[in-house]
Amino acid sequence: MKLELTYRETAGKSAGFWVLLGGLGLLVAIALGATLYMEHEGHHVTGMSNQIIWGMPHVFAIFLIVAASGALNVASIGTVFGKALYKPLGRLSGLVAMALLMGGLAVLVLDLGHPDRLIVAMTYYNFKSIFAWNIMLYTGFLAVTGIYLWMMMERKMNKYYRPAGIVAFIWRLILTTGTGSIFGFLVARQAYDAALMAPMFVIMSFAYGLAVFILVLMAAYKWTERPLGDAILYRLKNLLGVFIAAVLYFVMVYHLANLYATEHHGVEAFILRDGGIYTKLFWIVQIGLGSLLPLAMIYHPTIGKSRPAIITACILVIIGAFAQLYVILIGGQAYPLEMFPGYEVVESSFFDGGVNTYSPSIWEIMLGMGGIALAMLIVTVAVRVLRFMPETLDDATVDPHAAKSV
Amino acid sequence: MSENRNEIDQYRRRFLTQTSAAAAAASIAPGVFLTTPAVAKPDDQGVTNEKRWGILIDTHKCANGCTSCVTACEEENGWGSANPSESHSDETQKAQWIRKVSLKEKSTGHVVSLPLMCQHCETAPCVDVCPTGASFKRADGIVLVDKHICIGCRYCMMACPYKARSFIHEDLKDQKPWAPRGKGTVESCTMCVHRVDKDGTPACVEACNAENHKAMFFGDLYDKNSEISQQLREHGGEQIRADLGLNTGVRYRGL
Repeated sequence: MKLELTYRETAGKSAGFWVLLGGLGLLVAIALGATLYMEHEGHHVTGMSNQIIWGMPHVFAIFLIVAASGALNVASIGTVFGKALYKPLGRLSGLVAMALLMGGLAVLVLDLGHPDRLIVAMTYYNFKSIFAWNIMLYTGFLAVTGIYLWMMMERKMNKYYRPAGIVAFIWRLILTTGTGSIFGFLVARQAYDAALMAPMFVIMSFAYGLAVFILVLMAAYKWTERPLGDAILYRLKNLLGVFIAAVLYFVMVYHLANLYATEHHGVEAFILRDGGIYTKLFWIVQIGLGSLLPLAMIYHPTIGKSRPAIITACILVIIGAFAQLYVILIGGQAYPLEMFPGYEVVESSFFDGGVNTYSPSIWEIMLGMGGIALAMLIVTVAVRVLRFMPETLDDATVDPHAAKSV
Repeated sequence: MSENRNEIDQYRRRFLTQTSAAAAAASIAPGVFLTTPAVAKPDDQGVTNEKRWGILIDTHKCANGCTSCVTACEEENGWGSANPSESHSDETQKAQWIRKVSLKEKSTGHVVSLPLMCQHCETAPCVDVCPTGASFKRADGIVLVDKHICIGCRYCMMACPYKARSFIHEDLKDQKPWAPRGKGTVESCTMCVHRVDKDGTPACVEACNAENHKAMFFGDLYDKNSEISQQLREHGGEQIRADLGLNTGVRYRGL
C-alpha cells in the first residue's frame, strides 16, 4: 500500500521554540568562548596532558560521530531493507545524522592544537593514516547523506533515492569502521590494538544513534503537538533493546579475549577490578545503568509501554555510552604503557609505569556540550525551514495493519 | 716575475704534499683507524638512505642518578630547566624530550638505569598515523615533526609506544633557532639533527662522554666500521618493545 504522507515544517512561532533556540544558541556561544580561552592560553588550562592526551572533548566528539552514523540506520532500514514502517522517518533520520556529525566534528576540530590549520588538514594527506581517511569519510558522509536527503525530498529525484540510500548505508558502515580503527590500529597501547574495535564501534553506533533518534523524535512530536503512534515507537524501542544486547555481546567478547591473553591481564585487572573511577564507570554506569537497566525497562511487559520509561531508557543508554567511551578513551590512556615486561619502574621523571590521572576541566565540558547543542540547533532550525517531519505518525497513517493489532 | 714563479711553485709543492698526504691517509686509514668517524652530508646535498643514524645505550655504564644527558638536551634544545617560560603547564603537561628511567627486574631485583627518548623507528607508528604527514622520517632514519603542518591532533602521541612525544600546552619564549617550539604542536627528540648535519654528535651522547661514563654511542648503523656497528656486532643490543617490530634506531645493552 502506498503511504500518503504530508511532510510539513514546524510552525516555529511558539515561545517554547524561541526558548529552545536561545538555550541551544547560548550553549554554542559558551562553547566558542571556552574554545577561544583554551586556544589563547594553550591546553595547559585543560585537564589533558602529555600522559592523558585525549580528554573530554574527544569523548563528546566520538560520541557524536558514532551516534551520527547510527542515527542514519532508521533511514537505511526503510530504504535499503524496505521496511515500510520506517520510511516516514527517513528524512528526520538523515537530518539527525548530519547534525550529530557536524556537532562532533566541530568539537574535534576546536580541540586541535591548531584549529586555524584546518586547511592544512584538508590539503596535506598521509594516506597511511586512518585519521586522514576519517577526514574524508566524515566530509563524504555529509555529502552522501545530503544527496540521499535531497533524493528523498525532491519528487523528481525520488526514483534514485534507493541507490542513494544504499550508498549512504555502506558509507556509514565504513565510516564507523574507520572511527573504531582509530583505536584498533594503536598497537602501542594495551587497551586498544584490537581488530574488534571496528565492529564494536559499528554496533555501539547502532545503539547510541537510535537512542538519540528516539529522543529527538519524541521531543519533536511532543513539542509540535503532532501525533506519534505507539506502533512506530514500540518498534524503535524494541530495536534499541536488540542493539543494547549486541553492544553487551561485543564488550563481553573484547574482555574475554583480553582475559585469556596473559599480556593483557594487567589492563583487564585495571579496568574490571582495580581502576577506581574507571572500574566504577564500567560496572555501575556502562553495564548496570547504561545497558542492563534500559534493557529490562524496554522489554518489561508494562514498563516497556510507558513513554516516560522509554525516554528514561534512551537517556540511560546515552549516559552508558558516555561511560563506555570514557572508559575506553581515558581508562585506556590512564593505564601505563607497558615498555619493559618483567621490570617495574622504580623512578621516572615522566610518570612511566604509573597510572595517569585526569580530571576534566570545565572548558572541555563546555566545548563538548556545545557540540551537542550545535547538533540540536541544526535539527531545530532545519525542521523549521524544510519538510523533514510528517504531520502525523499515528498508527493508522504509519502502518494500518499494525494499528489494528496494537 | 721570479718571485711570482717561486710563489706558484710553493703553492704547487704544498698542494702536492697535502694531496698525497691525504691520499696516503685515505688509503691506509681503514687499517690504521679501527673505526670511521661519523660523517654527515654537506649542507647543499639532500639526506640519503645510505646512512641510518642510531644511538646505542649501554645500561651497564649508565650511572643511576646521573642526568647529564637530560640536562645537556635541555640546554641544547631549550626545554625543561633551560626554558623557564614553560611555567603554566604542570608536571604532566611539560615537555620532555629525554628522561632517565630506573627499572627493577621483578624476579631478581636487578636495577637498570637508562635514558629514554624517541627511538627513531624505521617504521614509526607516529609517522603512520599522522593525518597531514607532519610527523615524518628522514631518509637517514631521523624522525621529526614538521611544525608548519602539525595541526595538534596528538594522534602520534597516542600511537607512540615510548611516550616520546610531548604536546606544547602554552606559549613559549627564548627558543633555540634550531629547535622551534610552538604552542599547539607536538615535538620530540630530533637526535640533534642540526648537529648531525654538521658532522656533530647529539648533545646527550656528548654529555655522557664528557662525564666519562661512555654509556652512549652515536653513529651510522649501516657503516660496518662505525663504532656503534662494531659495538652492536660484538655485544648485541636490544630494542624496547622489540615485539612490535619497529626496528628502532636507538638500541640498548643490558636490558
